[in-house]
Amino acid sequence: MQEDTVRQQSIINKLLYNSTWRGWLFQALVLLGLLGFFSWIIYNTVSNLQRLDKKSGFDFLSQRAGFEILDSPGVRLMDYAPGVSTYLDVFWVGAINTITVAILGIIAATLLGFLIGVMRLSRNRIFSAVATVYVEIFRNIPLLLQLFFWYFFALRAVPELRERWSLFGGLGGINKSGLYLPAPVFEQGFGYVALAFVLGVAGCWLYARFATARQFATGRRPPTLPVYLLLLIGIPLVVFLVQGSPLSWELPVFKEDGPILRRGYQADAGMVLKPEFIGLWLALSLYTASFIAEIVRAGILAVPHGQTEASQALGLSGGMAQRLIIIPQALRVIVPPLTSQFLNLTKNSSLAVAIAYPDIVSVFAGTALNQIGQEIEMIFMMMMLYLILSLLTSLFMNWFNARIRLVER
Amino acid sequence: MANASYLRTEDAPLLPPPVSDTGIAGWMRRHVLSTMNDFSSPGAGIRSVLMGLLTLLLLYYGLSALWGIIDFAFIKAVWSDPEGLKRGVCTTAEQGGVATGEVGACWPYVQAKVKLFIYGRYPESELWRPNLIFALLAAGLGWIIIDKAPGRRFIALLMLSVFPLAALILLTGGHAGLSRTGMVIMAVSGVVLTLAGHLGLRGVLGEILLAFGGGVRLLGLLFLIIAAVMFFMSIDYGLEKVPTDFWGGLLVTLVVALTGIVASLPLGIVLALGRRSSLPLFRVLSITFIEFWRGVPLISVLFMSSVMLPLFLPEGTDFDKLLRALIGVALFSSAYMAENIRGGLQAIPKGQYEGASALGLSYNQSMRMIILPQALKIVIPGIVNTFISLFKDTTLVLIIGLFDLLGMVQSSFTDPSWATPVTSATGYLVCAVTFWVFCFSMSRYSVHLEKKLHTGHKR
Repeated sequence: MQEDTVRQQSIINKLLYNSTWRGWLFQALVLLGLLGFFSWIIYNTVSNLQRLDKKSGFDFLSQRAGFEILDSPGVRLMDYAPGVSTYLDVFWVGAINTITVAILGIIAATLLGFLIGVMRLSRNRIFSAVATVYVEIFRNIPLLLQLFFWYFFALRAVPELRERWSLFGGLGGINKSGLYLPAPVFEQGFGYVALAFVLGVAGCWLYARFATARQFATGRRPPTLPVYLLLLIGIPLVVFLVQGSPLSWELPVFKEDGPILRRGYQADAGMVLKPEFIGLWLALSLYTASFIAEIVRAGILAVPHGQTEASQALGLSGGMAQRLIIIPQALRVIVPPLTSQFLNLTKNSSLAVAIAYPDIVSVFAGTALNQIGQEIEMIFMMMMLYLILSLLTSLFMNWFNARIRLVER
Repeated sequence: MANASYLRTEDAPLLPPPVSDTGIAGWMRRHVLSTMNDFSSPGAGIRSVLMGLLTLLLLYYGLSALWGIIDFAFIKAVWSDPEGLKRGVCTTAEQGGVATGEVGACWPYVQAKVKLFIYGRYPESELWRPNLIFALLAAGLGWIIIDKAPGRRFIALLMLSVFPLAALILLTGGHAGLSRTGMVIMAVSGVVLTLAGHLGLRGVLGEILLAFGGGVRLLGLLFLIIAAVMFFMSIDYGLEKVPTDFWGGLLVTLVVALTGIVASLPLGIVLALGRRSSLPLFRVLSITFIEFWRGVPLISVLFMSSVMLPLFLPEGTDFDKLLRALIGVALFSSAYMAENIRGGLQAIPKGQYEGASALGLSYNQSMRMIILPQALKIVIPGIVNTFISLFKDTTLVLIIGLFDLLGMVQSSFTDPSWATPVTSATGYLVCAVTFWVFCFSMSRYSVHLEKKLHTGHKR
């Protein structure tokens, strides 16, 4: 009897005062609260859906979509056609467009950002002043405003539909309907050229390993640049010629006469970049480049000056010191924040909805959502796409980061 | 010794500095030409020539861009519209106006629309209310920013507690139709819980309350605060009610950004502590929450809060668009805030945590008195930076149909009485300069703070 109360008390005591037990007690309480909260939300949602007589589930994905989508990479790749394609195709069109603009934006922003970041550190004050002004202007103005500026203002300065500004001596041109460029047409046998190039890249990689091994063994590095040139350009070029030049260009067609409504660029010839795409791509790249420039600058400044001096003392040339000593160390500082800039750019590509570039938000969570009206499923799919993209980018950059990380003993 | 004539009795006259080191020429020589005067080898020569060409190119384009802006904004600009011609004053004769030659910025249009840009469609007679709030905000922030002002901590506390409530009442007019019973229940349970917690901590009410008194008291205080807010919101101040549909422009920008940052602070602290907690459930929940919100774009969050939130709540709860956007923004920014604060928590040396436990402080006490004060101080620059990006991101609310500064500017282009070829450029310029001034000064302030707080590591 007495032992029992002692035992009971000790359990209560433990729950109250033993930090492990107390922790579990708190967690159980919070879990209960959360379960209650979520079941409340689910109950509300279900009853709201019933009241509004809305369907649920993913059946809508196999319905046919009846609306036009602006000519864009996704439309071309998915062969999207209104009335034939399904809403699932619409999802993929949006996803492909988002991914395209994100990848192209990341490439442009990284190149420009590195350039501007290095320029900011230049001894030449004109270079550094221009770079500073660029950074301070572009990162302190909202991206949406920049997007509006490019799309509604700058790109409206180009000629009307029936006129054009000629580029590259008439091979391409730009007007309000977009930027027209010659489209590559791959003929029979181009695959061999591509194969030769891929093999060339692999060959370069193997040769670089061989050259490093030789250098470690003998102290002399065998010539690399001629070999690289031969593997990357020479052999593919020979294959190209042997196959009878299996690549031709389809030029955009610009009509200056004929019926007035038919004048201007013809829809089905050449490659066209729509103003929506150009505006979004420009705004994203220029905006993100200003952030990347700051990251690059901070990364390079983070390498102690002693490293430069030591590399000079070892007799390395300026270029070699940069390539072998400074940049590898700077990259360690640069890569983690660079990753988050890439993620930001990908997420910011959702601003496309403001200028109706058909990305996932604009075309799937916008137009398609208005027609189907199943908010929960569609917004869930959109968010999942972004989460997966974020995850993939982080995984890739973490892998890259692990490769260049300082190897500590 | 005294008459040693070979000794100088006065300093030799100073030589003038070498001409080549002074003035513009010297500056150019040292900072520009020195990068392009190496012709010691063919490679270096080519490099120098390229550098020179690039410099000239940059100089040319940089100056012409600068000149373009000055030319547009000042020289070719139309400054006034004395005859009330509206669009006529900013268009040339061919376009149906009176201007001679090319027209730059159309400032009369900005004058006509400036109220719209700042307050939206807030009623004319009630404009003193937002003005008062702007003034209070400027005064409070100014006080906090000045390093040597007395009572900064107190003012900061006021800005975080009383100011938001005052702003809410002034802006809306305070006619919140809140249920009186709910308020009474809140207040009574608040008082009971606070008392119970307080007495419990002294061991009067038994074991359980002795152990959990702190938490109970905290909950009670929270209830009391909610009851107080409800009370103040439902008093009749004799102010006209202004629904949020009438708000707009810079007012909405500031409301969204400030609410986002103030609301995300407490939530961010809880999430950051949760992420570093030793209890697995809290850790998993915090990580999921943070990574989810950080992984999706703000636009999708705004979409979600404007379309999905009403579905999640009981039938008949219908609340306004601005509030929905605010909830979305607060949740979104709390994830970023949490990561900021986690950075601060990680920067605190382990000895501080150990020292706190060695003094016998509980988890709550050590966090409240030792860790958080130090961690929050470190992350202030980070918080300012988060605020800058939030401030810029508020422009996205125009996508769900709210009119912030950019939204107002954009919508003013549709006014036919001001439709000119230069209207959009003028509007974008005004909007860009406004945002730039805000963001740039905040980023300078954050740099200043970083320098000031960077104590103890300097050699």
